[in-house]
Amino acid sequence: MLRFLSLRLGRSLLTLVLVVTFAFVVLRLSGDPALLIMSADAPPEAIAAFRRAWGLDDPLWVQYVRYFGAIFQGDLGNSMRDGRSAISLVGERIPATLALTVPALLIKLCLGIPAGVYAALHRNSLADRAVMLLAVAGFTVPSFVLGLLLVLLFAVQLGWLPSGGQESWRHAILPVITLGLGGAAVLARFTRSAMLEVLGQPYMRTALAKGVPWGVAVRGHALPNAAIPTVTIVGFMIGSLLAGAVVVESVFSWPGVGRLLVVAVANRDLAVVQAILLLVAATMITANLVVDLLYGVLDPRLRNGMRGTA
Amino acid sequence: MVEPLVAIRGLSVSFDGLPALRGVDLTVGRGEAVALVGESGCGKSVTWLAALGLLPAKARVSGSVTLEGTELIGAPPAVLDRVRGGRIAMIFQDPASSLNPVHRIGRQIAEALRLHRGLDGRAAREEARRLLDQVGMPDARRRLDAFPHELSGGQNQRVMIAMALAGRPEMLVADEPTTALDVTIQAQILELLAEIRRDTGMALVLVSHDLGVVAETCERVCVMYAGRIVEETAADKLFTGPAHPYAQGLLAALPPMTGPRRPLAAIPGGVPEPWAMPRGCAFAPRCPRRAEACEAAPPPLAEVAPAHRAACLYPGAAAVVSPVPAMVPA
Ligand SMILES: Nc1ncnc2c1ncn2[C@@H]1O[C@H](COP(=O)(O)OP(=O)(O)OP(=O)(O)O)[C@@H](O)[C@H]1O
Ligand code: SF4
Ligand SMILES: [Mg+2]
Repeated sequence: MLRFLSLRLGRSLLTLVLVVTFAFVVLRLSGDPALLIMSADAPPEAIAAFRRAWGLDDPLWVQYVRYFGAIFQGDLGNSMRDGRSAISLVGERIPATLALTVPALLIKLCLGIPAGVYAALHRNSLADRAVMLLAVAGFTVPSFVLGLLLVLLFAVQLGWLPSGGQESWRHAILPVITLGLGGAAVLARFTRSAMLEVLGQPYMRTALAKGVPWGVAVRGHALPNAAIPTVTIVGFMIGSLLAGAVVVESVFSWPGVGRLLVVAVANRDLAVVQAILLLVAATMITANLVVDLLYGVLDPRLRNGMRGTA
Repeated sequence: MVEPLVAIRGLSVSFDGLPALRGVDLTVGRGEAVALVGESGCGKSVTWLAALGLLPAKARVSGSVTLEGTELIGAPPAVLDRVRGGRIAMIFQDPASSLNPVHRIGRQIAEALRLHRGLDGRAAREEARRLLDQVGMPDARRRLDAFPHELSGGQNQRVMIAMALAGRPEMLVADEPTTALDVTIQAQILELLAEIRRDTGMALVLVSHDLGVVAETCERVCVMYAGRIVEETAADKLFTGPAHPYAQGLLAALPPMTGPRRPLAAIPGGVPEPWAMPRGCAFAPRCPRRAEACEAAPPPLAEVAPAHRAACLYPGAAAVVSPVPAMVPA
């Protein structure tokens, strides 16, 4: 178990290093922060001073080594835009993002899983087809389209809800629904197919053949097995609690981590982008690790595997 | 004749309009050991799954299956739940996938004990251990906490048998219980089934496509072909004097236990597809004794000798008159 954990941790660190390096290279090669942050008609001396101040004149590898050295001392650097520390810039956006993604996750779970289970149990019924139609729709319609449709209907047409901003909890309703519906659709599809697969397994027939009533067999024998593949997708959703709302935050002008990322990338504000990427990668890796541990709890076949091979 | 334990009459099943069973007639007496043999796909499993109401919803089932007079076809779920495992238990071909991978063995056996005998907690665990002992599981107490993937195929089949015995059923349907196991384990499991029947007096239906397997275990044999019973008689009678040309073909294809080796005579041709079932005898396209009358209507399962029935217009060996010379030159 310990070996398994340390191996996973090592692999996760490697992933983080790769993510940071990749972002560094791409951001540095794709644009000049000095030109993007200073206004275009700034005097050349000011731009040169900006470059010197941020070390942008040094060779790329020197900048890279310096950056990494700082990271290992817990310093993710400062924003080139206003000089504030990247960590606090990102940190103060987190609550706003979670205020959207956590309620959305609840919607996904409470809507998606029961709908998927119900559809599987009533396969080919009208309800199943309806659920699947909605799920495919929710799955294929991009979130910005769904968001805009909801705005058109509830904000523009009916005038019930605000279309953007963060002044009150009512402003959160549309973005939360946009996020939640899309995810619920994905989860419903996933749960349905996991459930159908399990219902066709010989052990379900065995349970019924020994006299277990249908409802009890579904709860006691089918659900625990169907939970195993479903946990993967739920883990992925938990992993994207911080980064999953980029599009929706932009559509609803919600000042969360996602909006900050968009602005920072546009400015090639390296420290901020890196801080967000590190944060996102760390949440995903943690979520993955939790999923792996959960697998072991849910599926006894993997318990030995973890001890033995990994 | 005394009332049979289970009587199947005119049982028909179709899937998506294609017939799988076309009027099966079969009885099993109390404590009797009956074999059901036939090629893959002839409907052996479907017969018993239909009897216990275990077929998927798309299956169209008609006819009658009675358990001491109680109709099972179309019976309400509450009735079926008590019959399943409590009066008729069933075990399956692939023991590894027939047990729930996420529950411990002990829990799966205890579930049947709770349902049919009201045992819980310690009492259920103790009884589960006794059952594992009874089916010859080594180190039974420790095995209660094992998961199916930690056991071998033969051990899992023993668990299935223990689970089947948990409800003290009057009949056990063993659907090819040894097909997925190696030969030595096969013999052990068959021996175990025979021993349990001796000890408990429970009736046994052994489903198999291997005539050799059933010879020692069962008293009576029913031969199935394309969704119907085509011959039914005592095991020794079937081996010495099969009446239906299909049964004769099966026996001819069996390697001889004793005597000189001879080439195996496989039956030429194949089973008719469900969508192209002949109007008359389903075996006619492969039958060396086929005559014009055979193609008019399916021959009924009729007595050819006392306690010996065959669905053939021109039954062989055991027939009183055989208008066509017998087949099987081998
Ligand atoms: N769930 C199902 N859906 C559609 N067709 C089915 C289903 N179950 C069985 N059948 C069909 O019913 C026929 C009889 O199947 P059955 O499983 O009873 O054969 P069997 O005699 O048990 O064969 P085997 O020796 O391979 O187990 C086959 O043609 C099979 O294709
Ligand atoms: S009824 Fe005719 S075709 Fe069918 S098995 Fe008998 S002899 Fe052959
Ligand atoms: Mg079968």
